Amino acid sequence: MNNVFVYCEIEGTTVAEVSQELLTKGRKLASELGVELHAVVAGTGIRGKVEEQILPYGVDNLFVFDGEGLFPYTSAPHTDILVNLFKEEKPQICLMGATVIGRDLGPRVSSSLTSGLTADCTQLEIGSYTDAKTKQTYDNLLYQIRPAFGGNIVATIVNPEHRPQMATVRSGVMQKAVFKGKARGEVVYPEVGKYVSPEAYVVKVLDHHVEAAKHNLKGAAIVVSGGYGMGSKEGFDMLFELAKVLHAEVGASRAAVDAGFCDHDRQIGQTGVTVHPKVYIACGISGQIQHIAGMQESGIIISINSDPDAPINKIADYVIVGTVEEVIPKLIKYYKQNSK
Amino acid sequence: MSLKIVVLAKQVPDTRNVGKDAMTPEGTVNRAALPAIFNPDDLNALEQALRLKEQHPGSTVGVLTMGPPRAGEIIRQGLYRGADTGWLLTDRLFAGADTLATSYALATAIKKIGDVDLVLGGRQAIDGDTAQVGPQVAQKLGLNQVTYAEEIIKIENRVATIRRHIDGGVETVEVPLPVLVTVNGSAAPCRPQNVRLVMKYKYATCPLERPADDPRAELYAERPYLTLTQWSVADVGGDPAQCGLAGSPTKVKSVQNIVFQAKESKTLTASDADIEGMIKELLDEKIIG
Repeated sequence: MNNVFVYCEIEGTTVAEVSQELLTKGRKLASELGVELHAVVAGTGIRGKVEEQILPYGVDNLFVFDGEGLFPYTSAPHTDILVNLFKEEKPQICLMGATVIGRDLGPRVSSSLTSGLTADCTQLEIGSYTDAKTKQTYDNLLYQIRPAFGGNIVATIVNPEHRPQMATVRSGVMQKAVFKGKARGEVVYPEVGKYVSPEAYVVKVLDHHVEAAKHNLKGAAIVVSGGYGMGSKEGFDMLFELAKVLHAEVGASRAAVDAGFCDHDRQIGQTGVTVHPKVYIACGISGQIQHIAGMQESGIIISINSDPDAPINKIADYVIVGTVEEVIPKLIKYYKQNSK
Repeated sequence: MSLKIVVLAKQVPDTRNVGKDAMTPEGTVNRAALPAIFNPDDLNALEQALRLKEQHPGSTVGVLTMGPPRAGEIIRQGLYRGADTGWLLTDRLFAGADTLATSYALATAIKKIGDVDLVLGGRQAIDGDTAQVGPQVAQKLGLNQVTYAEEIIKIENRVATIRRHIDGGVETVEVPLPVLVTVNGSAAPCRPQNVRLVMKYKYATCPLERPADDPRAELYAERPYLTLTQWSVADVGGDPAQCGLAGSPTKVKSVQNIVFQAKESKTLTASDADIEGMIKELLDEKIIG
């Protein structure tokens, strides 16, 4: 009762990295609250294959649901598992990845349990809240912090009355780390049929095709990122050239993705990938908060912008005032001349 | 086989085109500076609905929206593109709703509409980016759901075949009707407005949108299709405790305008000397290699 739960997402028998990141965060929250960290995973043929990918992150109790029809993921069986498990366990917090699966499952579970859910949180903290009207104070609530309104403001959301307090977090926002302290590490294998009704297996997956990621943006040491100021898809070719020379990965702002200059899977920001590179080169990016949320923890930030007052310049270590067409070829030229 | 299709659509501030005047000096959002638009992903959903209507003669498409009276514009935009009807949920009791209270209101309205085969909506709205309302509506109505759809390939014998995006790939699923589907912004774009339909519906309004002394009163009496349906909480038989702020489990504790921790930055020009200098500095400090 009253513990912190993390829903672990899988592809086949591989646990998603975002789930491990959330286990790490969940462990910290559970320790701060003085409760246990519990994890739940559901799939087909996963028994004996997923436990070691989950327990090292400080899990006290792991629920493994292994049965036919639980992979590939469909909404209803996984919803049944969480809803019925949560009715028994009554967790205070539930975290899941802000992935296609987490964003399909989270709202369905929250609607079933009438609990609050906050999408795409960038920070999770424990704190108190006083209701302005009733003056009632609630201690040890989960602060669900996220950019809102297209990333122009940051809101702190709380769920004072309803449990569990649910939040989704994007991949890469939290950092995963094996837990060095002591956790119980117990594993249980509940009978799936007690949690999932036979009618739940109604959606048939005819074809499920997942490709290995085309890039390693999340783990890249150098990221070269383009915004609307790149002007076109052809403008992005110049970025790919710079990235090749620097052994970097190419990212993009939402404005550039929306304009069709670059594929969606390279979008950096609150609704895209979060990166932590050593060097981040922002080319023609004005720096909306939604973008900055995904790159502000970069080591060295270089901004190339013809507007000296672009908001991103405030967090940049180097601001190059000039057009991308002029500056990028010079970066390539002088890097080639000076590196060994 | 004809289908009864409801498209969920939201009027949103255009947060994609935020100018420097989008925030007031006090740090609150300056709504007046942001134009109100048809939520982009919802237009993709409307297109899927209109295609199904073409493939299945006798089908109807209705646009359901919730908002202040001016959100009647969303219904008109739907009618201009080929929707048959629309419903505006408008009531002060709906105000301040989070996603759960919003889904309660929409689900209650869909129950009132009745016998719906398909509910379509955009994957998410650009003002909140949560993608939560669709699945929450589906749960409240006990409907199957398919999110992140790219295309409804076909519907045969009351089974829909849908192609959807998943993380790092694609999936094709079969799902029996009734079903709620959320559609990606990368799906087929919505057809443009039809001039003939714009002429037909340009004066279509909800009663609340009309001035007290409406010069077109006679026209509305003559052409009932120009009066759009508007529903209050009571009209749909909603429980006020589950609507709006009262029905929202999430509360906003605080909202902050973002202030960046300004760094000490070096400002350079695009000159060769400046750029070569920076490259050398980064190489010397082994920041790049």
